[in-house]
Amino acid sequence: MHIVVCIKQVPDSAQIRVHPVTNTIMRQGVPTIVNPYDLFAIEEALRLRDAHGGSVTLVSMGPPNAEDTLRKALAFGADRAVLLTDRYFAGSDTLATSFALASAIHKIGATYGAPDIVFTGKQTIDGDTAQVGPGIAKRLGLLQLTYVSRIVSVDPDAGLIEVERRAEGGIQQLRTRLPCLITMLEGSNAIRRGTMADALKAARAQVVIWTAAEAGIADLTRCGLRGSPTVVKRVFAPGARSDAARMIEPAPTARDSADALIDAIFSAQPALEADIAAAQAAL
Amino acid sequence: MTETSQPNAPKAAPAGGSRATMKKELPERFKSYRHVWVFIEIERGQVHPVSFELLGEGRKLADKLGVELAAVVLGPPGGVEEAVAECFAYGADLAYLIADPLLANYRNEPFSRGLTSLVDTYQPEILLLGATNLGRDLAGSVATTLLTGLTADCTELDVDADASLAATRPTFGGSLLCTIYTLNYRPQMATVRPRVMPMPERQHKPIGRVVTHPLGLVEDDIVTKILGFLPDRDTNKANLAYADIVVAGGLGLGAAENFQLIKALAHALGGDYGCSRPVVQKGWMPAERQIGQTGKTIRPKLYIAAGISGAIQHRVGVEGADLIVAINTDRSAPIFDFAHVGIVADAVRLLPALTDAVTRRFSPHTRDRLAG
Repeated sequence: MHIVVCIKQVPDSAQIRVHPVTNTIMRQGVPTIVNPYDLFAIEEALRLRDAHGGSVTLVSMGPPNAEDTLRKALAFGADRAVLLTDRYFAGSDTLATSFALASAIHKIGATYGAPDIVFTGKQTIDGDTAQVGPGIAKRLGLLQLTYVSRIVSVDPDAGLIEVERRAEGGIQQLRTRLPCLITMLEGSNAIRRGTMADALKAARAQVVIWTAAEAGIADLTRCGLRGSPTVVKRVFAPGARSDAARMIEPAPTARDSADALIDAIFSAQPALEADIAAAQAAL
Repeated sequence: MTETSQPNAPKAAPAGGSRATMKKELPERFKSYRHVWVFIEIERGQVHPVSFELLGEGRKLADKLGVELAAVVLGPPGGVEEAVAECFAYGADLAYLIADPLLANYRNEPFSRGLTSLVDTYQPEILLLGATNLGRDLAGSVATTLLTGLTADCTELDVDADASLAATRPTFGGSLLCTIYTLNYRPQMATVRPRVMPMPERQHKPIGRVVTHPLGLVEDDIVTKILGFLPDRDTNKANLAYADIVVAGGLGLGAAENFQLIKALAHALGGDYGCSRPVVQKGWMPAERQIGQTGKTIRPKLYIAAGISGAIQHRVGVEGADLIVAINTDRSAPIFDFAHVGIVADAVRLLPALTDAVTRRFSPHTRDRLAG
């Protein structure tokens, strides 16, 4: 089987800071990581390769330094990595991103064999849209399985796959045909520790770097800002509520502070106090 | 929100600045696109509450634009009639209906085909969907097929002076907000998470105009087959979003075991409990307890945030609460910018005292007087 995994380099959100005066993101020195949701996709791809043979190709679109992130991800044991990087990709929204990645996956298919499964994470931690996976599936004409919590079985010869998918209020059990695109739910597996051999291999590995043209993209108007129907008009931090918080003066004892706070709560929400009393009386 | 007019907000992201000033030139073919649509999500016969919340929001947009609000219902015959009637009660002017047995359970292929066909035929200017697993699965496919813009997980929707949809959502991992436009493409698509918008009042309204549309598929056209459905056993988890009282803790609690204090206060108040994102990242609480942009959005009558600093991604998940109470040792924490009641105190010390105060207040002796 040939399995492609789309991954993204993201800023470590735990370390993002907003400048207190200008309200702009302080990007300097924020370390980058593999999007944590993508690790579940990588692990699932490696498990399928280990079970059925074949290879795993990682692909990412990003700035040139995303090569390091791809190399880190290779250390889990993937076979090759492709970085799609070009200034024409700058400012891509989800539609332009799915166009670029779909084009690259098409080229990967032509170069290394058509993929049986394309994986993505559930969403990224910086954009949080969960829309690029479905976009890639639609563009490549792949059947789409989102929020997959478990791959029940894969039969590469028959070209069939059975999965469990997280739906509202339960788990949907689905069967579909390969090739397909799967977005993997978090917690569905645990990423392996790559072996020493994998780490050494990753350190020496040549990350394949493609420009838009090298990925087979002829129409640059479909990339980056020009290919993005959505436009970010304003970035801002919300200000304080117009009516300032009523601050309760802490008392010398926690008990008195607590009583003062509870009084403030129920004087603001008197109906709630009656509701709670009624609910407790009914128990 | 009045925050959008904050004078201290930067004018535009550097990346978006050049394009945002570009003149909007809606191509001729999109000029006939009118009206606001809401996709109605039906799960095993029940309309997902987010669909009614979106009808409430869609109503405001449609009124501002002076256009109609349509509910878009896809489902099996016999399973959609009640849903259609409910949509009118929640504010729709008309409904587009595809009733077909193939739509009995959600699958991407028939639903994206049906919705895309409706859009192509009846041409809405705005299309809203719930940012649920189903809505996100469907929206991404439909937007890509239509090659139009999609803004995910919006926290605020508005119509600007030239009738464009202004969709505001958290960005940069929830540390800032941004307002996004879909220039030159239609429909303008947006998803909104459950509970972000208030539930509108249900009106007694008769069923209005229903436009039926064929799906045009047979089962053999659909590759993906549904083998079964395993309903969740533990439905309590799902109730956090709908609880009237929520108590949540953040990193300020200092240790996983201190979340017992959160649970105790929530229990005393008859409410539910949750936590902020860093707490989940630390492994102190499971992900389903996370409140905020990437967790649950809540709209309780009372929200008590203990040791939570109030980052934007948390704020957008709790701002719909009637009363926000903040307990934090840091007076300059952003949580005090949007709390209604605050106290500068160590939550670990205050929480047991609060639980005690609540217990005393609702002792059988006093509670009967209150309930009466």
